[in-house]
Amino acid sequence: MTNPAATLPQPSRRVLPGFGLSLGFTLTYLGLIVLLPLSAAFLKTAGMSWHDFVAAVASPRVMASYRLSFLASLAAGLVNSFFGLIVAWVLVRYSFPGRRIVDALVDLPFALPTAVAGIALTTIYNKNGWVGQYLEPHGIKVAYTSIGVFVALTFIGVPFVVRTLQPVLLELEPEIEEAAASLGANRWKTLTRVILPELYPALLTGFALAFARALGEYGSVVFISSNMPMHTEITPLVIITKLEQYDYQGATAIATVMLMASFSMLLLINLLQKWSRRYHRI
Amino acid sequence: MAAVIVSSLSAPMPPTAGGAPRATHDPVWVRWTLTAVALVFLGFFLVLPLAAVFTEALWDSQKKAFRFGPYLAALRDPDALAAIKLTLITACIAVPANVIFGVAAAWLIARFQFRGKSLLSTLIDLPFAVSPVISGLIYVLVFGLPGWFGGWLDAHDIKIIFAVPGIVLATTFVTFPFVARELIPLMQAQGADEEYAAITLGANGWQTFWRVTLPNIRWGLLYGVILCNARAMGEFGAVSVVSGHIRGETNTMPLHVEILFNEFNSGGAFAVASLLALLAILTLILKSIIEWRHTRSQRS
Amino acid sequence: MKLRHLLFPIIALTLATGAAAKSTELLNVSYDPTRELYVDFNKAFIAHWKATTGEDLTIKQSHGGSGKQARGVIDGLQADVVTLALAADIDAIYEHGKQLPQDWQKRLPDNSTPYTSTIVFLVRKGNPKGIKDWDDLVKPGVSVITPNPKTSGGARWNYLAAWAYAKHKQGTDQAAQAFVTALYKNVPVLDSGARGSTTTFVQREIGDVAISWENEAMLALKEFGREKFEIIMPSLSILAEPPVAVIDRVAKKKGTTAVATAYLEYLYSDEGQEIAARNFYRPRKPEIAAKYASTFPKLELVTIDGEFGGWAKAQKTHFADGGIFDEIYQNK
Repeated sequence: MTNPAATLPQPSRRVLPGFGLSLGFTLTYLGLIVLLPLSAAFLKTAGMSWHDFVAAVASPRVMASYRLSFLASLAAGLVNSFFGLIVAWVLVRYSFPGRRIVDALVDLPFALPTAVAGIALTTIYNKNGWVGQYLEPHGIKVAYTSIGVFVALTFIGVPFVVRTLQPVLLELEPEIEEAAASLGANRWKTLTRVILPELYPALLTGFALAFARALGEYGSVVFISSNMPMHTEITPLVIITKLEQYDYQGATAIATVMLMASFSMLLLINLLQKWSRRYHRI
Repeated sequence: MAAVIVSSLSAPMPPTAGGAPRATHDPVWVRWTLTAVALVFLGFFLVLPLAAVFTEALWDSQKKAFRFGPYLAALRDPDALAAIKLTLITACIAVPANVIFGVAAAWLIARFQFRGKSLLSTLIDLPFAVSPVISGLIYVLVFGLPGWFGGWLDAHDIKIIFAVPGIVLATTFVTFPFVARELIPLMQAQGADEEYAAITLGANGWQTFWRVTLPNIRWGLLYGVILCNARAMGEFGAVSVVSGHIRGETNTMPLHVEILFNEFNSGGAFAVASLLALLAILTLILKSIIEWRHTRSQRS
Repeated sequence: MKLRHLLFPIIALTLATGAAAKSTELLNVSYDPTRELYVDFNKAFIAHWKATTGEDLTIKQSHGGSGKQARGVIDGLQADVVTLALAADIDAIYEHGKQLPQDWQKRLPDNSTPYTSTIVFLVRKGNPKGIKDWDDLVKPGVSVITPNPKTSGGARWNYLAAWAYAKHKQGTDQAAQAFVTALYKNVPVLDSGARGSTTTFVQREIGDVAISWENEAMLALKEFGREKFEIIMPSLSILAEPPVAVIDRVAKKKGTTAVATAYLEYLYSDEGQEIAARNFYRPRKPEIAAKYASTFPKLELVTIDGEFGGWAKAQKTHFADGGIFDEIYQNK
């Protein structure tokens, strides 16, 4: 995540041409495709009375959906942080046959359409599926439960932690580890006292990214969840349901709450990345 | 956010591990355990779903036989062909639009200092963090009949949502940051020295861009295009809200998968899904090739 | 000279596109389980229209949950006709945007419902849980599949049928609410549409019984074989009336009012009724109904108007936000 160019002085705007053109085009395009439609959501919500707004975004059913979306995304983010760390470590530090293929495969959730992922996961984890048939006799139901939601969110979050950690792991100076080892630290100590602290900012960033992505996910979850109000209904589904009941204001109000959450997540991620950059320059 | 998706081009590529053993190496049993844990995790979450798609598409579990005939028939169905065509059209518009935007935004952010740059940068990332459902909803609010421009559009007989333009717009929104986010760190890392030299030697802006900048960023650009395209062809949530589901007209491939699934035709659904999965695999292969070429061109 | 060379293809092209635009196109926005019905019916109507007027006709279909489809039309989906699961969804199209008159339901015979259906139980072969009537659905350990009444028209009929049964048997609304609450306790998956629910029961093999449209249950039997599933008729059910209507705003603009109306009227013709019956919808016409009497068993049916005071009222009491269905889930 370090950025060598950030330290170089930027050329002044007078030397390179195209400032006006690129600024104008970027702002126009951004405005038309992103800002104008997004402002529609905010303005529609602004037209509501405070009382209606609270009633729409804080009803028990909506609160239950926030809880599920939040907790399932949190769990998926944590699982991805743990396994993502191992995967990144293995991919960077070890060599084994097929390493390149495994490395390429990590990006699958970016490339595979979420709806396809949804039906595939449901097929695997329902009671007759490849994995489901072994879990069901032990009383573990995955498809059509909140565990299913968690599985889908874990799937879509796999690449984030791995991809944020890989470059940081690559840049870790072997000298530090060697120094720690020569000073008598055992491997475990070196790992927990020297290596892990170096990884924390990137790990946090990766977690935040996976979490943010999971909060909004829809396509894969609707297939594997049982979509029960109060139990297995994620917030994006509540928005769709409101829309199908012609409750445009309610849908938009909940969308606005989610937008605020996404925006805060983005700001947090930017701060984390800045922190991680500073951290590594020391 | 996308900086991660894009991850690796601006960062050094992983060298093939191995080489001389270091004093800092993990014990063998640790290596094997960690490798096994990593592979089992990826196996469960990534390989299994992919394998399930192809198995369900090609294997008839009741007859215990392959079903190539029905597989091809599902793909040759007129509605499936229409969905494939619409998906291609959508990608053909959304991807170039985002490429032009991505290049302009990268030029702006990587080459100039101005006030509000970091805010602009965050706004470019925004569509990543927005739920696809909301991306669809906001276009309904703007272009739907009761929406801002609905009445005017209707009076002039211009169809946006529930027609191709709406699907293209929603797709463009969802794939908005991919190219820009790929190019910005790459151009920042490369610095402006070469462009600066070209300008002082008397080249004009466009010449500098075509002869200096573009060759330098071509791999990054291609990489962004491929990721952008994969997402454009696979988008479900946003497109589902603005599609209208008119058969043979406004169904994209992911929506067609859902429809077939709902018609008791899970074989057909998985057949179309397998096409999308193939596309995903192709994306990963192309991506690996580009990374490899990029590393080579950097080394030389 | 050069100009003339250019002109000819341009004129030809204009004529060609003009001719292409002349071939009329209808869009029928419908709910989930009617896909097969309208595939058959469209073929028949296109032939009939060609024979009577000489005009070529293309009919496009769009299917989804009834509420979702109505939402599409409200947002500007250019539907010439809608054929939805219940009157409340077409009422919503009137309320949000006045795209058709308020009394749309009086424009065609039989409350604008050319065919009816009812709500039945689909169980696995041999009926392993011994399900005979609504009472068996609230027993502990019985897993019931039904879609989400918030989004699915069929699910609302299911819910109201259960309510009507309990009310008839026990007399009070409180008892009925307790019964329906117990019923939804046994529901493991709430799909957003009737078809999704059938798929869950039939293909995913979840649940012991699916509460389903009669036509949907019969179709599942036809598609997957009688050796796998059985239909159980409850002692009492509801007369489900899926209505049809021309969307005036769209039809006027496209100039398709005549053909759209003819399309819907043809549903009441002998051929239309036959096609409906063959696709397991109960025909309105007595002669056709008599012919298919063996397909559709007789059972006691209550009506939405008689039992619940019409859709507007039922919708508000039971399914609106803060209604009884929300209460059921919040207390679960």
